Amino acid sequence: MSDHRGPAPTPLGHYVSDAPFDPSETEEVTAEQERLYTSSGWRLMWLKLKRHRLAVYSGYVLIALYGSILISEFLAPYSLTHRHTDFIYAPPQGIHLFHDGKLAAPFTYGLKYRLNMENLRREYTTDETKRYPVRFLCRGDVYDFWGLFEASLHLLCPGEGGTLFLFGTDRLGRDLFSRIIYGARISLTVGLFGIIFSMVLGIIFGGLAGYYGGIVDSVVQRLIEVIRSFPELPLWMALSAALPVTWSPILIYFGITLILGLIDWTGLARAVRSKFLALREEDFTAAAELMGARPSRIIARHLVPNFTSHLIASATLSIPSMILGETALSFLGLGLRPPVTSWGVLLSEAQSINAVALYPWLMIPGLAVVVVVLTFNFLGDGLRDAADPYH
Amino acid sequence: MFYFFVRRLAVMVPTLFVISVLIFIIIQLPPGDYLSTLVSELEAQGENVDQEKLDFLRQQYGLDQPLLQQYALWLKGMLQGDFGYSFEHNRPVVQVVGDQVLLSVIIAFATILFTWVVAFPIGVYSATHQYSTGDHVLTFVGFLGLATPNFLLALILMYLANVYFGTSIGGLMDPKYLDQPWSWGKLVSILEHLWVPVIVIGTSGTATLIRRLRANLLDELQKAYVVTARAKGLSETRLLLKYPMRVALNPFIADIGNLLPALLSSAAIVSVVLSLPTTGPLLLKALQSQDMYLAGFLLMCLSLLTVIGMFLSDLALAALDPRIRLTGGRQK
Repeated sequence: MSDHRGPAPTPLGHYVSDAPFDPSETEEVTAEQERLYTSSGWRLMWLKLKRHRLAVYSGYVLIALYGSILISEFLAPYSLTHRHTDFIYAPPQGIHLFHDGKLAAPFTYGLKYRLNMENLRREYTTDETKRYPVRFLCRGDVYDFWGLFEASLHLLCPGEGGTLFLFGTDRLGRDLFSRIIYGARISLTVGLFGIIFSMVLGIIFGGLAGYYGGIVDSVVQRLIEVIRSFPELPLWMALSAALPVTWSPILIYFGITLILGLIDWTGLARAVRSKFLALREEDFTAAAELMGARPSRIIARHLVPNFTSHLIASATLSIPSMILGETALSFLGLGLRPPVTSWGVLLSEAQSINAVALYPWLMIPGLAVVVVVLTFNFLGDGLRDAADPYH
Repeated sequence: MFYFFVRRLAVMVPTLFVISVLIFIIIQLPPGDYLSTLVSELEAQGENVDQEKLDFLRQQYGLDQPLLQQYALWLKGMLQGDFGYSFEHNRPVVQVVGDQVLLSVIIAFATILFTWVVAFPIGVYSATHQYSTGDHVLTFVGFLGLATPNFLLALILMYLANVYFGTSIGGLMDPKYLDQPWSWGKLVSILEHLWVPVIVIGTSGTATLIRRLRANLLDELQKAYVVTARAKGLSETRLLLKYPMRVALNPFIADIGNLLPALLSSAAIVSVVLSLPTTGPLLLKALQSQDMYLAGFLLMCLSLLTVIGMFLSDLALAALDPRIRLTGGRQK
């Protein structure tokens, strides 16, 4: 707020426009405005979202990450289980561009391994005499592409006889970078399937409470309160501990997504309910009711489309908590278990203080989690602002 | 106020009842019970099973009876102060748990204090300096705090605390004070170890609270009464403290209800990583070994904590805000 002190302004004289007054004249609408006024709600939302740059960039990052899980085999330099028994707990290797001050094709230096007999530590030193130029679009570990055909093409491979451990290796000498790329498959989809399940529950319960109100509403509200008063993680722990050990990894995976969704739906249900309560009073709902539409038609045809945008925004904001939940459960050993590879499973190797002190690169999967959760949060924030295009 | 108090208290009873039913279902979910697992394990190792004791336990806790009766027995026991028997530890649950619930409460309390002390000034600064560099930096740090898995943060902080301050790794006190009577040194040692878990557990809650306080305060700052007060020449500090702040403060109290479950959640996993003697590691072990009464008791304790926390926060809110006192419920 600026100060308005100083000399008092001279009052304006009475002003009348000379232009002839024509009440039937309409305001000029430019073509651009015309387009804006007639565009659909979704388009308005997109226009608004575009202005939120961080959200748009986050969206691109997420699309790239989710796209990567389609071709993980191709992107990863090594296969998921390839063990380099000579390079256990090898530190991350950089790709170099300069050798002796001269530009060269991207290459890695050789790794020299020595067991320090005094403290029994594995010590790796780079051997600058050996250079291995990194190969692109090359033949490497053979993989079975989505069960369709066998292939061995990789985006990046180590030079002949060399190694390429961008993020180091784990206790069995497996390349961490490749394992993170493969782990994205599980970690990214857990949140997606979980949120679908939680959205279905949220719409059903929130819709029932919001549409019928009265006793149904109170019952659902109490149920939500009870579930919310449980600490989430211990409940997740208890439920996933109840998954039978005999289940196959795939079943466990779906069990975990189900459990994540089972606790998470309350927030969505609350959002749906409050939207329903507001929309129920609108004229178009009354009109539909008077024309004899059944409740299911009113809900599906008139109410749900009106808050889908809100729903998507809230769903985007609750995916991160599911990804974090899966990570925590797998870290504790209650969630997914090897041989299934998720970021949480990878992180469970970094459980001891030893790992932090000696092999800090084992915590890199945590960085991947942070990036994904951050981008989901940014995108969700942008979507939430854009969900109300008329505001 | 008295009417509100009684009503609020009455709501807690059915809530706790439903919670107890849910917990019982959950601890019954794994196939088989602890005793049958134990028997098959012992027999596989060729050891003798104390049949008499098994029968006694089975009868005492009605493991051979239908589920509904088992639940009734469990509930009746809890109301009389008998929380069941820990099969793994071979002792009543209450003895196994001991101070751990108390320590959980202490940590939760310290964390809430930490959350408030940190979130309050930052939230106010962010709102009054909207879109400044400081605001952007703090918002980003807040986002980072939300996004980092807290067990990872716990590992890193524990390592740093050890390297730079020489704090012993794991636990809530120096090993030499374990099983010692309380003394000044023990208290100091606990305080030295407490800050890592408190920071780690509090991070995400703090970040949430900052964002909420900032948004609320920004809404309030645009209202007409603020303009009026400013036009009347009130100093900025006085203005801020006198009007918008009081309205924006509500979430601090109201959020305890949401904060507590989240706190206990992250406390559970952080305690496992830091091996704190709280309910977290105990619960994990109990769940893994199907020690159902121990797990059930711990889950019940955690839920009770949050229910009581919500009750207290509602009371505080009602005391502060007459609107809530008069309409008799929390407005959301």
